[in-house]
Amino acid sequence: MDHVAHLYEALSKVDGFIYPNEIELSWSILIVLYPYITGLVAGAFILASLNRVFNVKALKPTYHLSLLTALAFLLIATMPLINHLGHPGRFYELMITPNPTSAMAIFGFVYVWYLMVVLLLEIWFDYRKDLVIWSNEKKGIMKWVYKILTLGVMDISPKALKWDEKLGYIITVIGIPSAFLLHGYVGFIFGSVKANPWWSSVMMPVIFLFSAMVSGIALVMFVYMVVNYLRKQKIDMLCLDTIAKYLFYVIILDFTLEALDQIHRIYEAEESFEIISLLVSGKLNFTLIIMQVFIGMIIPLLALGFMQFYKPKENVRKFIYFIISLLVLIGIFFMRWNVVIGGQLFSKSFYGFTHFKLQLIGSEGFLMGLVWLIVPFLILAGLLWLLPPWKKSHTEESSN
Amino acid sequence: MAIINNKSPEKDRRKFIKTAGFITGGIVLTSALKPFKIMVFAAKEPEGEGPWYGIGIDIEKCIGCGNCASSCKQENDVPEEPFYFRSWVEKYTIMENEEVIVQAPNGGIDGFDQDVENEDIMKSFFVPKMCNHCHKSPCVQVCPVGATFDSPDGVVLVDQEYCIGCRYCIQACPYGCRYIHPEKKVVDKCTLCYHRIVKGLPPACMDVCPTGARIFGDLRDKKGDLHKFIKKHNCHVLKSHLNTGSKLYYNGLNQEVR
Repeated sequence: MDHVAHLYEALSKVDGFIYPNEIELSWSILIVLYPYITGLVAGAFILASLNRVFNVKALKPTYHLSLLTALAFLLIATMPLINHLGHPGRFYELMITPNPTSAMAIFGFVYVWYLMVVLLLEIWFDYRKDLVIWSNEKKGIMKWVYKILTLGVMDISPKALKWDEKLGYIITVIGIPSAFLLHGYVGFIFGSVKANPWWSSVMMPVIFLFSAMVSGIALVMFVYMVVNYLRKQKIDMLCLDTIAKYLFYVIILDFTLEALDQIHRIYEAEESFEIISLLVSGKLNFTLIIMQVFIGMIIPLLALGFMQFYKPKENVRKFIYFIISLLVLIGIFFMRWNVVIGGQLFSKSFYGFTHFKLQLIGSEGFLMGLVWLIVPFLILAGLLWLLPPWKKSHTEESSN
Repeated sequence: MAIINNKSPEKDRRKFIKTAGFITGGIVLTSALKPFKIMVFAAKEPEGEGPWYGIGIDIEKCIGCGNCASSCKQENDVPEEPFYFRSWVEKYTIMENEEVIVQAPNGGIDGFDQDVENEDIMKSFFVPKMCNHCHKSPCVQVCPVGATFDSPDGVVLVDQEYCIGCRYCIQACPYGCRYIHPEKKVVDKCTLCYHRIVKGLPPACMDVCPTGARIFGDLRDKKGDLHKFIKKHNCHVLKSHLNTGSKLYYNGLNQEVR
């Protein structure tokens, strides 16, 4: 009886009519985190590639930081997914017997491709020379750790390093469409559900992609400021201003796409329009209008837009950037929330709403969600300790 | 009159007739190779032998007793809490002011209350619901491991030993026919009482229906009861615009029903 107590509470708060199986939300906070985290990965990677492929030199100080941030989040990206399965022990079936018509089944392969072929390889090529140097310099267990990480490739002749550079560059070039694929694809998982009019939209993958870039850029901005604060290092303001500029552009694009999607819905006003407008004005009022649009988009957009014309003093700018990065991160979290949770609050009969209250504890509770948000930062701290970008040798600068 | 074109009109006409002839001939030829068939039913049965099951529900016959829903729970070990149903009954009340009231308290198992005045009601009816055993099921399409599948006789089933419990199929089903079994932690749904129909018995819900509002049968059997039912009545499927190939045919389905 205990395990269904919250369902009885929800049942008493059902608004209108819902199908009897719809009282419990199938996807909760963990599935909100899944697109959120993969989005951060894709966004951070795209910021890194701006430096390497598109040669935006001002972004150099954040290049390795972006890659390591992407890796830290990618390593746990599947954990909320596996954690939420009814049978987490059967997750490997996804990889060994995938159903080719299922959007979700293909995710495993996209993920592995992105992790193994793109991110790990790129970081490895980038750090290989340093790994060799560190394995010679360090003593004790760390010597062996670095030695293992070199995978036995100890050649650091100029010719070998040139190859590292070349291959790393090729991987970044492959990485950009891969990052697009990774996150556009997550959008497709939702956008292809024709039973759900809140999700079913051809715009979904594109919106997910651009919101991913927004969140990933904001995350790197945030991490860069925090890391420099902790290391008591001066922040490269040109770099920060450049990140802010790109953040501004991408928010404009994201805002436009999302607005277009909503305007299209409102103008077409199909069968589901009434229930969706009730959803937006009712159950999602706070999380969508206030958190996602106002806090997460309008305020950052106005602040960043203003700063394109008028640049306050460095300290003020730093403070504003810090606040904006946080607001954007919160806003995009709520964007995922509104998609995932919002799409399940109304009945597919379009005659009513179920009730959802996030539990504090339990495998689908708030604390569990918090754990999966904190763990990547711990992994990032570990990665920065193991592969400090500021200790890399600068003789062979990546100039591509 | 100035001659703009030195081609004779005669030549132009001949060319036109020639081209038109080719196009028409081409179309006729292609249609002969692959004739265009108008779909009579929502789901056309695939080529093959053996039964291909579908369901018919006569809304006018349903009295809302809820026997179908409760017998389904007993037969199939469906948890008794009011959040898990393989089969249930909805009551639609359309008011004179065109307001639509839909209810399904405990899936209709405990019966229905009427809390509006008789004279305010335009019409009222019951709609039994269950898995539509779609031919082009979105749930089968999205299952990442193929644990949900179409049986050769047209029944959508779940291999519960194989289901990972991701719930994507629950999201994909437009009809709300699936739930996660609270103890087994895998998805559960109507099997059309597969364990019974393979023995030649009707599904439990159809067996207990006192008015015979539910029919099940072989859609390939053109002399069977289900075929006769679809032929005799003006039948509709739910949410036909989603093109799920539903094989659950309702007689007298109001457009308010979703």
